[in-house]
Amino acid sequence: MDRFVWTSGLLEINETLVIQQRGVRIYDGEEKIKFDAGTLLLSTHRLIWRDQKNHECCMAIPLAQIVFIEEQAAGIGKSAKIVVHLHPAPPNKEPGPFQNSKNSYIKLSFKEHGQIEFYRRLSEEMTQRRWENIPVSQSLQTNRGSQPGRVRAVGIVGIERKLEEKRKETDKNISEAFEDLSKLMIKAKEMVELSKSIANKIKEKQGDITEDEERGGIMSLTEVYCLVNRARGMELLSPEDLVNACKMLEVLKLPLRLRVFDSGVMVIELQSHKEEEMVASALETVSEKGSLTSEEFAKLVGMSVLLAKERLLLAEKMGHLCRDDSVEGLRFYPNLFMTQS
Amino acid sequence: MAMSFEWPWQYRFPPFFTLQPNVDTRQKQLAAWCSLVLSFCRLHKQSSMTVMEAQESPLFNNVKLQRKLPVESIQIVLEELRKKGNLEWLDKNKSSFLIMWRRPEEWGKLIYQWVSRSGQNNSVFTLYELTSGEDTEGEEGSRFVGVS
Repeated sequence: MDRFVWTSGLLEINETLVIQQRGVRIYDGEEKIKFDAGTLLLSTHRLIWRDQKNHECCMAIPLAQIVFIEEQAAGIGKSAKIVVHLHPAPPNKEPGPFQNSKNSYIKLSFKEHGQIEFYRRLSEEMTQRRWENIPVSQSLQTNRGSQPGRVRAVGIVGIERKLEEKRKETDKNISEAFEDLSKLMIKAKEMVELSKSIANKIKEKQGDITEDEERGGIMSLTEVYCLVNRARGMELLSPEDLVNACKMLEVLKLPLRLRVFDSGVMVIELQSHKEEEMVASALETVSEKGSLTSEEFAKLVGMSVLLAKERLLLAEKMGHLCRDDSVEGLRFYPNLFMTQS
Repeated sequence: MAMSFEWPWQYRFPPFFTLQPNVDTRQKQLAAWCSLVLSFCRLHKQSSMTVMEAQESPLFNNVKLQRKLPVESIQIVLEELRKKGNLEWLDKNKSSFLIMWRRPEEWGKLIYQWVSRSGQNNSVFTLYELTSGEDTEGEEGSRFVGVS
């Protein structure tokens, strides 16, 4: 409340009235104060409040002092409100109703309705910031300028103006950042709710199966990434984090290890898993069927196509299989080049 | 003479028509191709060919199996043959080639052996005489018949 200054309530030249509303009460932070019934006026430059009972009691805040605004919906026995967050009062502020206040925001309670429209117009003014482009008399400017009546030399005026510009710019950036921040906070709240619900759904569906064994002792890193992050729900791991963590597995003598195939595909395998032995059984399977594609092999053995392909490629590398690459697709055959005459 | 050409088992093996990435496997594959090209050309008495002909010839195009050796792989096979001395390019663009199912030195050796046996050393005779078959009857001599 210490940001308000007394004013005559008369608009300056170039200052335009945007909207006004009767029946508005002001709160200092959460506290009710004596200003319980007034007319709230919004101009291009200021927010003015005039007491309905005593017209001489009139105060204003420059719009430039506003950081951001929020709406508070009406409740049972409660009027709709606008919460106005404010910059700290400048040291050379003109006198107002309060010398100091511990709160950095005020609330405007619309007892005779009109909150929705007022909020809309105020948001518009905050976005358009017409007060920056339309000059009015000195006393209505950002209140951070030099005090009137001070004697200044020409050189210092220039420096002061530059400082003024800089402060204006900083304020503008902070205000904009706060606007974004409030939008971000709403979004963040949504995300938190979402991941909580996902985490709960996962909990419901998870059993006590040892997933490791079920997967045949080997999993691609993308599968690991999905499972781990789904289980975490929040504070998700980035792909880089996961890879780096997996690189440590062997060093830390854990029962899992990271393996990188020639193609670049990365998997996590149980230490006990022996992919080379799997190759021998893959050869048997392919021989039985004459030839197989990765998809056919995956289906037969019950593994993902990605891992099936890696196993077949490994078998080829080891000379057990050879390939037939045609428009029909990629098929693997037993390597008869080596076994036949 | 219409000899039915016996295709080797590889000809009916689809992977034969895909250049194998495994180095050891590829070595075997290329060796099989080289020997197939030479025996094919020998049977069909073909001593020269263009690459385009080769692509469509049943040699590299097994219609029944629906497999063709791609042209880049054909080039690799031809290069292998060249390295072994069985092939010579007839032009700079490598669009046509000479196929020598018996290398020149092998011919030289054979001719010499035949000449020795038939006691015709130190006399000059023409290629016609060699290939016309009159004096060249008999197993060894018949090898020369029909050679261009």
